[in-house]
Amino acid sequence: MRNNMKIWLLTLIIPFNLMGQSQLTADEILQKVDENISSNSTITESKMVIHGRRNTREIVSKGYAEGNEKAFTEYLAPEREKGTKMLKLEDKLWIYNPSTDRTIQLSGHMLRQSVMGSDLSYEDLMEDRQLTDIYDAQITGEEVIDNRKCWILELNATVEDASYQKRKTWIDQERFVPLKEELYAKSGQLLKQITMKNVEKIAGRWYPKNVNYKDVLKEGEGTDFIVLDIQFNPEIPDYIFNKASLKR
Amino acid sequence: MIQFILKGILRDKNRSLLPIIIVALGVTLTVFLSGYLAGVFQDIINQNARFDTGHVKIMSRSYADNKDQMPIDLALLDVDQLQEGLEKSYPEVEWVKRIRFGGLLDIADDNGNTKGQGPASVMAISLFSQESREAERLNIEQALVSGEIPGKNGEVLIAHDFSEKLNIEIGDEITYVGSTMYGSMAFQNFIVSGTVHFGTAGFDRGAVVMDISDAQTLLDMDNGATEILGYFESGQYNSEKAFEIANEFNQKQASSDDEFAPKMFSLEQQNNLGDMLAYSNYMSQIIVIILIFAMSVVLWNTGLLGGLRRYKEYGIRLALGESKGSIYRKSIIEAILIGGMGSIIGTILGLSATYYMQEVGVDISDLMPQSSMMIPSTLRAKMIPSQFYIGFIPGVCAMVLGNMLSGMGIYKRQTAHLFKELEV
Repeated sequence: MRNNMKIWLLTLIIPFNLMGQSQLTADEILQKVDENISSNSTITESKMVIHGRRNTREIVSKGYAEGNEKAFTEYLAPEREKGTKMLKLEDKLWIYNPSTDRTIQLSGHMLRQSVMGSDLSYEDLMEDRQLTDIYDAQITGEEVIDNRKCWILELNATVEDASYQKRKTWIDQERFVPLKEELYAKSGQLLKQITMKNVEKIAGRWYPKNVNYKDVLKEGEGTDFIVLDIQFNPEIPDYIFNKASLKR
Repeated sequence: MIQFILKGILRDKNRSLLPIIIVALGVTLTVFLSGYLAGVFQDIINQNARFDTGHVKIMSRSYADNKDQMPIDLALLDVDQLQEGLEKSYPEVEWVKRIRFGGLLDIADDNGNTKGQGPASVMAISLFSQESREAERLNIEQALVSGEIPGKNGEVLIAHDFSEKLNIEIGDEITYVGSTMYGSMAFQNFIVSGTVHFGTAGFDRGAVVMDISDAQTLLDMDNGATEILGYFESGQYNSEKAFEIANEFNQKQASSDDEFAPKMFSLEQQNNLGDMLAYSNYMSQIIVIILIFAMSVVLWNTGLLGGLRRYKEYGIRLALGESKGSIYRKSIIEAILIGGMGSIIGTILGLSATYYMQEVGVDISDLMPQSSMMIPSTLRAKMIPSQFYIGFIPGVCAMVLGNMLSGMGIYKRQTAHLFKELEV
C-alpha cells in the first residue's frame, strides 16, 4: 500500500516537475548554463589532442582565468611547445616564445588562426564572456543525445564583436550543461561543431571534461580538449596576469 | 609593266595618298596590337612560370586541391628521392624544390616590444646551393634594391615596399610567427640581408625570400617541400612536351590511393593559364580579321571614288581596245603595290610604337586585382618576328579586296555606249 502511494506520488510529482522545467524560458536556461559553467576564476590543467591528417599530437597546458578579461596559459609539453606562454588582457593577446625570447602581440586576422594546429582559433580561446551577455536565445525543439533529454536552443548574437553570429546548442535538461553545439558564421555557414562528453560533477557543478572541437572546413577528427584538473574560484595572484610573467 | 604602274602611283598622289594612309594606319594598329598582346601575355606567362607554376609543377594530391590556402601540413615529404627519380626520368627538365607559406612578421623595438607587424608571404628557394639557378631565374640580382642576397642561414630578403611599410633596415632582426607543418607554433628570428622589388604587386606587398633549408627547419619539414617545379633546359615553355611529361608521370601514380601521392600539372593546367594562352592566340587572329574587314570597307569606298574620278580614263582605255579584264588586272596590281607601300610604312610605325612600349611600358600596379594569376605591375609590348609580316596580311588583302569590289564597275561599262559617255 505504502509502495503504491509512493508510485502515485511520483507519477503526480514527476509531470509537475517536468512541467516546471519546460516552463523555463530560453534565457533562463541559458542563465542556468552560465551559472553551471562559468565562475569568477579557474585554474585548469588540460590536454589538447590534435588529430591531424598526418599524425596526432598531444599538448599539455596550464591555464589561469579571472573574470572575462584576464587569462594566462603556459604550455608544458611537448618539448617544442614547452615554455610558450599566452596572456590575454581585455581584447589583447600576447604570445611569448622562449626560443626567440620575443613577446608578440597578436591582432586582426591572426586571431582567427588555429592554435597549435588545433581546431580552435585564438579567438575561440579569448572568448569567455557569458552566453547571456552575447546571445538572445530561443527554444527550437528537443532531442535525446547520449540518452540525455536536451533542449535545442538557437542563439543569435546581440553584440557586433561575437566570434560566431549564430549558435545552435543542445542543453541537458537535467544538468544544464551543453552536450553539443554548432557554430555558424554571419552568412549562415556552419563553421564548427562541438561535442561535450564525460560530464562530471566537480565542486557542485556539472562540467564536461572532454570536449571535441571540429572545424568543419578542415578534414580530420577535430581536436579533443581534455580537462585533467580544474579548480573553480581559486585565488590567483595578480602577477600572473602581467606581461612580465610571460618571460618569467 | 609593274614599273609603269608604280610610276603612275607615285606621280599621281590623288590615286595613292589616301589609300596608303588608310592602309598604313590599319597596319600600324595590327602590328602594334599584336606586339602589345604578345608582350603582355608572354610576360604574364613567364612571370607565372618563374614565380609560381614552373613549366610543370608537382604537389601532393591533397595540397593541389587546397593550394590557394597554402596548406603546408599537406606538403610533399621525401622530396630528395622524388627529385632524384625525376632527374633520371626527365633529364631535359631542371627540377627545383620550393616551399610557399604564410605567417606574421613582427618587428621589435629597442625594448623587445612589437614596433610593426604585417602578414608575410614567404617563398623558400635554393639560394645557397652552387648549382642552383633559382636566384637567376627569379632575377633576384636585378630585383635587389638594397643590401645583398642571403649568404648564410638565418638571413632573408624582404620586399622593398614591405620593408618601407614596416620601417625595416638592412641588418634588422625580424621575427617570423606562424605554424609548423604539424601545427606547432613556429617562431624564428631572421636578419634582413637585402630588399627586393620584383615588379609583381602580390609579391611586393609582403614577400619574404629565404633559403629552403631555413624554411625546412622553421616548419619542421625535414626533407619536405610544398612543391617541386620543373623548367625546360631551353628556358622556353613547350606545351606538348609539358602535357606529355605530366600525363606520363600521373599515370605512374594512378594506382596509388595515398592522398599525399605526388601529382604533376603542366603550366596550362594552373592558374587558368591554358585559357590565357588560347585567348591570346584568338585575340591576335580576331584583331587581324576585324582590321581586314574594316579597312576593306573603307578602301572599297575609296576605290569607288577613285573609279569615278578615273571613269573617263577607263572609258578611253576601253574605247582604245584594252580589254575589261586587262584593266581590272592592272587595277589589282596597282592595289597590291599601294597595299605593299602602306604596309611597309605601317609596319615601320607599328614596330616603332612596339619598341617604345617595350622599353617604357604602362604601370598598372594601382589597378592590380587580387588574383591567383601573377600579373606584372608594368605591362610591356614585345617585338616578335611575326610583326614583320603580319601587317601585310590586312594591308594587302584589304586593298585588293577593296579594289576588286570597286573595280567590278568596269565590267558593267558597255562598249557600245562608250563614245556617247565620253562625249559627256
